[in-house]
Amino acid sequence: MADPMRIRANMLGDKVEVRVLMAHEMETGQRKDASGAIVPAHFIQNVTVTHAGKTVLSAQWGTSISKNPFMHFRFKGGKPGEKVTITWVDNKGERRTDEAVIGGGS
Amino acid sequence: MSFPRLLPAVLVGVLAASVPCVCQAQDDTQKEVERYRQLLAEGNPADLFEAKGEELWKTPRGPRKASLEQCDLGLGAGVVKGAFARLPRYSADTDRVQDLESRIVTCMVTLQGFKQEDITKNPFSAPGRPSDLEALASYVAGESKGMKLAAPLDHPKEMEAFRIGERLFYRRAGPHDFACVSCHGENGKRIRLQELPKLTDPNDARKIFTSWPAYRVSQGTVRTMQHRLYDCYWQMRHPQMDYTSEASIALQVFMAKYAKGGEIRAPGLKR
Amino acid sequence: MKRLASLTLLALAACASGPSDDEMRDDEMRQRAEQVFRESFTRGNPVIRARVEQQDDVQALCTRYRNDPPKDVAAKIESEQAASIRYPAPGHFLGDWRRGEKIAQDGYGMRFTDPDTKRPNGGGCYNCHRIAPAEISYGTVGPSLYRFGALRGTGEAVQRYVFGKIYNSQATTACSNMPRFGHNGVLTEEQIKDLVALLLDPASPVNQ
Repeated sequence: MADPMRIRANMLGDKVEVRVLMAHEMETGQRKDASGAIVPAHFIQNVTVTHAGKTVLSAQWGTSISKNPFMHFRFKGGKPGEKVTITWVDNKGERRTDEAVIGGGS
Repeated sequence: MSFPRLLPAVLVGVLAASVPCVCQAQDDTQKEVERYRQLLAEGNPADLFEAKGEELWKTPRGPRKASLEQCDLGLGAGVVKGAFARLPRYSADTDRVQDLESRIVTCMVTLQGFKQEDITKNPFSAPGRPSDLEALASYVAGESKGMKLAAPLDHPKEMEAFRIGERLFYRRAGPHDFACVSCHGENGKRIRLQELPKLTDPNDARKIFTSWPAYRVSQGTVRTMQHRLYDCYWQMRHPQMDYTSEASIALQVFMAKYAKGGEIRAPGLKR
Repeated sequence: MKRLASLTLLALAACASGPSDDEMRDDEMRQRAEQVFRESFTRGNPVIRARVEQQDDVQALCTRYRNDPPKDVAAKIESEQAASIRYPAPGHFLGDWRRGEKIAQDGYGMRFTDPDTKRPNGGGCYNCHRIAPAEISYGTVGPSLYRFGALRGTGEAVQRYVFGKIYNSQATTACSNMPRFGHNGVLTEEQIKDLVALLLDPASPVNQ
């Protein structure tokens, strides 16, 4: 199972501000290893963020996203104490889901 | 009722190389590099390593199935907060001066029963082979974040280490006649676009020495001071330095003196 | 053997009545540091290791004086280093500036990850110098070399000077930071001539 994401979610005015750091190799499939063999592509293809059962963000990524990707975004409709759930799925079908509780803030 | 799909402002931190603007003035180039660094700083992947390190610290592991929670990093068994700010320092139980990484190794050997040769064989991570030491160092260093570096320099062995480190800092050798001072002896210089700290100037040392360990974007992982020195020696046309060698610790004692009072910002973020 | 060599060096440098107490303590510390150095690279590449374990006379002196030797020591270093430069035949200092640019860009060679192939070493010149205007990713450890020929002239005397500088920078500046590329076998005579052309060929982008 992949390493956990680090998620921080806080109120910023009437929006929820989310920062998420994902642990992933994000191999492009173009790199060669020391012996000259291609390192197979292994990258996150889909990211879904849900809150109260609804999708608030949906992303389709490709190989231009670097290793250990970081994403920072805001959405409306969340309140402190509620959960934000983030799931990624990669090209090998591996997935990881983590959640965070929305904190207070400004 | 269906909710429209929201299009929140998405700022994806792409950690790929960014080309600075094509300006002639050195200042403009430097400004762009700084701006790029600020954009990156928010999503420092070192966070992931700190979390992993904390987990490794608290999990019973090794032949003795013990955690590292009783490790004495210099401030007493079990005290992690603030310990990094007081390293390197003399350790009575090993009768030598030790840095962060050698102290972690000592604890892994004495508390957990790992073999020294095994854990120090491949201390730096490579693609497909993560390093526990990088995560552990990130965690311990992070527990001193915001504190001021105050490595002691009163024990005779600490003072001897300083003088050895000083001599090594100026030691010119190899086909390029390089010493540490060749690159780290003057203010305001840079190699290509990488600024160089003058390590004997507290103004520089206080900012730079305390930014290690750090996530290195070019390496895709956290790199520690041991790796920094190993990497310096690579560029200096020297051989691979032994992990936690006496030379590496002597050099850190030397640098820590000039960096005294610097705010610990580890784990940092670098190219 | 090493102790004798080091005391000889000290005597050379100190002249007068022999090492003082301070110098003896210094010498002990120096030997202790050398021992620590030897014991800290035990698992490294043995060929590279042999090269760095023994400092040559100049490296030892520059270490001792932290690159700021007294005038007489500096003068002796410079004259000895100048005498050891192997110049090409007169009239043959300029190589190909296009090859020179490649050499200046290339930092390859003599590191423990550079395998022992036939690939020539680079000069890594852009690490420390500004050279051709198109390259903005340049270092500032050394002075800018942009417009070197345009400003200093491109005749044979300047060519000889530049060749000598790259071959052995300490012939003109004792304890210079700049590697002694020719003297230490990093770059070949051909490569140095290409670098001379990069700086002095009127057609080189450096001089436009």
